[in-house]
Amino acid sequence: MADKSAIGAEGVPFEVAIERGKIREFARATRSTHAEYLDAEHPVAPPTFLTTMFFWEEGVAGANPWHHVKLDQKRGMHAEQEYVYFGPPPRAGAKLTARSRIESVYDKEGRRGGKMTFAVMVTEFRDESGRLVAEARLTGVETERPPDADAPKEVR
Amino acid sequence: MTMNWDDIREGAEPAPLVVGPVTRTDFVRYQGASGDMNPIHHDETFARAAGYEAPLAVGMFQAGVLATWATSWLGPANVRRTKVRWREQVWPGDVLTCVGKVARRYEENGERKVDLELVCTRQTGGVAVQGWMTFVVP
Repeated sequence: MADKSAIGAEGVPFEVAIERGKIREFARATRSTHAEYLDAEHPVAPPTFLTTMFFWEEGVAGANPWHHVKLDQKRGMHAEQEYVYFGPPPRAGAKLTARSRIESVYDKEGRRGGKMTFAVMVTEFRDESGRLVAEARLTGVETERPPDADAPKEVR
Repeated sequence: MTMNWDDIREGAEPAPLVVGPVTRTDFVRYQGASGDMNPIHHDETFARAAGYEAPLAVGMFQAGVLATWATSWLGPANVRRTKVRWREQVWPGDVLTCVGKVARRYEENGERKVDLELVCTRQTGGVAVQGWMTFVVP
């Protein structure tokens, strides 16, 4: 069961290095053949590339406040993901500092009945001067019933 | 492809990116690239024990392919916003069609921008991912 007291929980800052090889690998895995990813010396990060940082965040003690939400893994899923860039996406070579916080935890009625609980985590990415470069917004949802793999998700 | 502000029209819908049939290898390649090694996306035994018939795609894989359709058209450095919402799961053997259209063309703070509405559809016609993106047009 999601824990609403998680709202406001904040992780410790963690370092994010934007790397060329990782960008090229990610671009290929998402079927891009764009020269700006594959050939540039300092390619920009693809639109959803910052998702890769989530798994480094896991390795830094205290960095990921998502655990405070306590969504049930068996009834939970990734509902929405958003990335906003305040200028061009970061380029290979950029050294960013990221910090995550739990923005909201709220309930909603599903279209086919049943309560759904949503939780939103915001992660800010800043450059070495402290400028906000990007913001990620992860929305997770927990349903009262286990999700049916073939049914459309009851998310609006 | 170079795109020109004067050639962009609201409602414009360039040719889709069709990917697939997608394979377990596609999922694993994406998992390696992203760092998300959840076994439900590649381990048959684990996926069946969880009640699925096969490993399911990583949602961020099809979200990434959908974004690739858009950056191929409007340019990687011009992205300012990407939002995705997952609907149906994607399975090995699915053929994904990624496409979008210009929902709004406008100027804001001295920049020319377009908002796109995107959709990644399975071969069944079911929607796997909905997307919204904003690009600047230099």
